[in-house]
Order: sequence, then C-alpha cells, then structure tokens
Amino acid sequence: MVGFWQKFMNRFFKNFFKKKSHVKLGLYGPPNGGKSTLANKICLDWLGEEMSSTSHIAHETREINIKEEVNIKNKKGKELTFSLVDTPGIATKIDYEEFLKKGIKSGKAKKRAKEATKGVIDAIKWLDNMDSVVIVLDSTKDPYSQVNITIIGNLQARDIPVLLVANKVDLKRSNMDRIKSAFPQYEVVGISAKYGKNIKNFYENLFKLVK
Amino acid sequence: MVTFQFVPYADIEDMGSAMRVNKLLNIVKNNKIVLLEGRLKRQEEADLIEITMEQIDRRFKGIELSVVNPDKDKYEGIKKMKAGFVNMLLGDRQGMTIIGPANVVKKIEQNPNKIELFTKETRKRKA
Repeated sequence: MVGFWQKFMNRFFKNFFKKKSHVKLGLYGPPNGGKSTLANKICLDWLGEEMSSTSHIAHETREINIKEEVNIKNKKGKELTFSLVDTPGIATKIDYEEFLKKGIKSGKAKKRAKEATKGVIDAIKWLDNMDSVVIVLDSTKDPYSQVNITIIGNLQARDIPVLLVANKVDLKRSNMDRIKSAFPQYEVVGISAKYGKNIKNFYENLFKLVK
Repeated sequence: MVTFQFVPYADIEDMGSAMRVNKLLNIVKNNKIVLLEGRLKRQEEADLIEITMEQIDRRFKGIELSVVNPDKDKYEGIKKMKAGFVNMLLGDRQGMTIIGPANVVKKIEQNPNKIELFTKETRKRKA
C-alpha cells in the first residue's frame, strides 16, 4: 500500500514539474503575417540564433518548428521558460498557380502547395497541444477574415490564453485600431518583428500571457 | 453564372460533425456557393478547413468562408439569456454561413456592417 502511494506521489510531482517547465507557446495566424520573423527575433534575442527561414512568398513555413527551452527575462529580472512553436499559416485555399506567378517553377510550386496543405492540417491539429498562443496578424491587412475568427474562436473554446500581435507597424498602411476593434476582448500589441520595434513591450505581455 | 444553394439548418441538424462538413463540402465541390442557415460549431469550422486541405487537388483549390453572425457579446441581461436558450434548444440557427469554391469566389470581405462577395472572372471561349 505504501509503495502504491509512493509511486502515485512520485508520478504526480514528476508530471506537475514536467508540465510547468514545458509550457508550449504557439505562434499562429494567416500566411505571411510574420510568425517566422517573430520566432527568429525571439530566438535571436534570447538564444543568439535564428529558428526558421522567411520569405515574401506565402507558405514558406510548411511544417511545425519547435525551439525548446527559450528563456526570457523581464525588467524586474523575472524569468520565463517555454518551448516556442512556429506553425504554418492557416488558410482555406492553396493554389499552386499563385506560386507560379511568384516565379517558382511548376514542379516546385506543386510540391510547395502539397506541403502547404499538410502544414495547415498540422497547425490545426497542434492547437490542442498549446498552453498559450500568440496570434500574429499583418496590421496592413483586413483582420475580419474568417480564418482569424475561426482560429481565435477555437482557442477560446479550448480556454487557451491568447495575445494578439499587430505586426508590420513600421509600414505606412498599418492600422492597429482595425485589429483592436475587430477583437476588442483581447490585448493587442503592435510590433515590427523585422525591425524589433516595440519588442520589449511584447516580451512584457508574454509574461502576462504565460502565467 | 454563379449558383447559390440554400441549406436550411434543419437539413444538417441531426448529422454528426463529419457528415455536416462533408455535405457542405460536396456542394461546394460542385461549384456552388453554400448559404447555410446559422453556423457550424467552432470545432466544425476548424474541421471544415482541415478536410478542405485534405481534398485540395488540381481541380479543387479550396474554399472561401464567411460567417455572418449577430454579435452575441453585445447582448445583455434577458436578451443574452434568451439567445443562449434558443441556441441550446434549436442549435446555432442565428446568422448565416457562406462557403464558396475558391475557383469561383475570389474573396469575401466582411466587416461588422456588410459582406461583399467577389467572384472570379470567367474566360469566354472563342467560337
């Protein structure tokens, strides 16, 4: 009987601490919002190396990328450790002809489209594994897309904390207020992942998000 | 020519999630735009995207999706309770879901006050 309780307690504490030190922070959003650029910025700032390749052509990230043990510090010296999960952009349509228009050759375009469809499926399946999610939106684009609404609705239904990032605020066409009014129930942080603008504010908000 | 097919909520009410999604997707794959009374559950919307991705091929490029939904968050007090009770009893019949094939529908623009559906231009064959 004592052995049973000992095993139970060992397992309980092991799982408890395992869970605490393996917080999964997902980067989600539509294609070309800047998820991988933000992932690279985070990794460069705190690990000294980049994480993913980026491109102006949509669906550059076509598989889930994970960086374990990302440790960040805030102004007060508080530390936060998480696994950063960069996901492929979620879309409702993928046409290989769009890649042809961007100068990719036929065979590669078809392959890219096929990989991209698989990437979207994986990104949706991974929603269940996330502890907290940062949704990266291109602030120059219309936020009222059903993909954005569906992703946020699914996270809400799963009780997963969400932080909205309005990326590309360095661009003239950027409109953060449009994102704020589309999703008034969420905190929105405007950043430029490419140039690091307002990135410290983003890190402070990560501490509030991942408790 | 663009064809719309209205799907009353009663037609999908008794179906499981997979059957609902497949029924709607089969209509879309026949190049018709679905006007569904009400909306799918949130998980079903994600399933719709997932199954769409699985079925993409040379002919089927995906879907355009939009949900016109009265903003229930703005309801207060008795109105909110009423809406919740009706949903529980009859399913999510409020609003409308528009699903179109991506080779016909270019984009659906949505903002709180209006919906605009842009179709792709079809090339006429020379006689």
